[in-house]
Amino acid sequence: MIRGKAWNYGDDVNTDFILPGIYLELTDPEEMGRHAMEGIDPGFVGKVQPGDVVVGGRNFGLGSSREHAPIALKHSGVSAVIAEGFARIFYRNATNLGLPALECPNVSKEIKTGDTVEVDLVEGTIIVNGTKTLSFVPVPEFMMRILAAGGLREHIKKNKAGW
Amino acid sequence: MSTVAEKILASHSGLDEAQPGEIVKAEIDFAFMPALTAALAFYAMYDMTIEKVWDRDKVTILLDHIAPATNITNASLHKECREIAREQSLRYFYDINSGVCHQVIPENGHVYPGMLMVGADSHTCTHGAFGAFATGIGSTDMGAAIGTGKLWFKVPETIRVNAEGRLAPRVMSKDVILKTAKELGADGATYCSLEFTGSTIRDMSVGARMTLCNMAIELGAKTGIVEPDDKTSRFLEGRVKHGYTPVYSDADAVYREKLEIDGAALDPQVACPHAVDNVKPVTEVAGKAVNQVFIGSCTNGRLEDLLVAAEIMGGKRVHPDVRVIATPASYEVYEAANSRGIIKTLMDAGAVVCNPSCSVCFGGNHGILAPGEVGLSTSNRNFRGRQGSTESYVYLCSPATAAASALTGAITDPREV
Ligand code: SF4
Repeated sequence: MIRGKAWNYGDDVNTDFILPGIYLELTDPEEMGRHAMEGIDPGFVGKVQPGDVVVGGRNFGLGSSREHAPIALKHSGVSAVIAEGFARIFYRNATNLGLPALECPNVSKEIKTGDTVEVDLVEGTIIVNGTKTLSFVPVPEFMMRILAAGGLREHIKKNKAGW
Repeated sequence: MSTVAEKILASHSGLDEAQPGEIVKAEIDFAFMPALTAALAFYAMYDMTIEKVWDRDKVTILLDHIAPATNITNASLHKECREIAREQSLRYFYDINSGVCHQVIPENGHVYPGMLMVGADSHTCTHGAFGAFATGIGSTDMGAAIGTGKLWFKVPETIRVNAEGRLAPRVMSKDVILKTAKELGADGATYCSLEFTGSTIRDMSVGARMTLCNMAIELGAKTGIVEPDDKTSRFLEGRVKHGYTPVYSDADAVYREKLEIDGAALDPQVACPHAVDNVKPVTEVAGKAVNQVFIGSCTNGRLEDLLVAAEIMGGKRVHPDVRVIATPASYEVYEAANSRGIIKTLMDAGAVVCNPSCSVCFGGNHGILAPGEVGLSTSNRNFRGRQGSTESYVYLCSPATAAASALTGAITDPREV
């Protein structure tokens, strides 16, 4: 169960917003985490708490294939990203890192910054402020296995022969 | 009844056929990584408790985004990449005297029709111009790919972009793809393969087709594809040292969508800040003053691009209020441009010519824009802050439009100079 506050950044949150180009030479995930969302909200890292979720509208994560963006989000404490739609590479990368990327129609209108959300990955539901229930598009079984393992690294470590 | 993308993914997964939406586990033919992502990919592979790459002939690292190193952090990253390449006994390694990965990889014979290529860079879709299935992946995926030689893929639906008619003089393939971005939108092809067909495309050089496929990702696509033909095989001759089997879409292949572009009627196009699909004909933005013009990148840093610029700028001087930076995409391009006198023509016109690298394109190297400044760029992305200050503005255009604007200091229709 994921529980935290929501941070909504609307449509077209690109990878340069999530981690600006000047930080791309970083290789330490913790260090990347200290600059998460700096391109759109320089105060984000001071506000976000472990467990919080980032919410977006259409085409979340467009841009670079560099995993720096989802790594920065994950290491800033973000536990899931919920958006109306994702750019393909971001979606893959987030899943591979064990950071759930959940597709939910209208979510950027249904959840405001500051709302409390509870996400149930198995049930496929998001409860907003303890009252409203939204459901997200089911995650394909293959990707659920990767998420359940905690990411692709762990998944391959455990299933090297079957991979 | 399959498309090129479906056929390549099926054949690499041991299947007769693959349907869109299906998840397949496919064998990789080649994998490459720029320095910025290479170290992370290797950390991922080591984390998976795999010590060596699956095939040292099929994995390479290129030092291209920042080259030569500009500070101690990226110098250390370059050093680490050189060490990894040595420890892993990689057969190919491209140091700072090579160029942008998407130009260097085809020039060195690593791309061929029908192959499955992955790169740890989003513009890996460029290589679809050779009839390959080529897609950009992150470093964890890359760790799995280089460690095991395999990766999972969701088989994409295909959108066909059909362009007919001969492009007018000084209208370029960049204008075709900017127009496509306008029509489909920045998420219009998410998770799809974009297949480019029609007489306009057949007329294009292989380099011009690379420009099209390069920007497929800007529409959200997994890959861009042009079916191979005799131009493709001519380019690959002497570069690819083994046989290959070209793949073509069936006449009755199923497309999610078909977009028609009238190539003959197309005007030069400009993508305005801060989105790649905020595209207008050049006539609507002409007169907008610019501070910097960049001609280069994996989108438009090839010989034919520099040649168009030299034709327009030859014997003239760039406008005194504009800085012009021209960067060949690779050393092969650099040498060819040099021996043809193109470099000298650009320098005589007042352009700064940089060594092959990603240069101004991504705002992490040189040619950074100050707050309030306007850049006109032949690259592929104009997100806020992409080439420097978040208060700067980037417009995207073809090399012809860039060169014409360099002369006037404002966005200019290249047909008018
Ligand atoms: S030239 Fe630009 S788009 Fe191309 S690989 Fe380099 S940074 Fe990326």
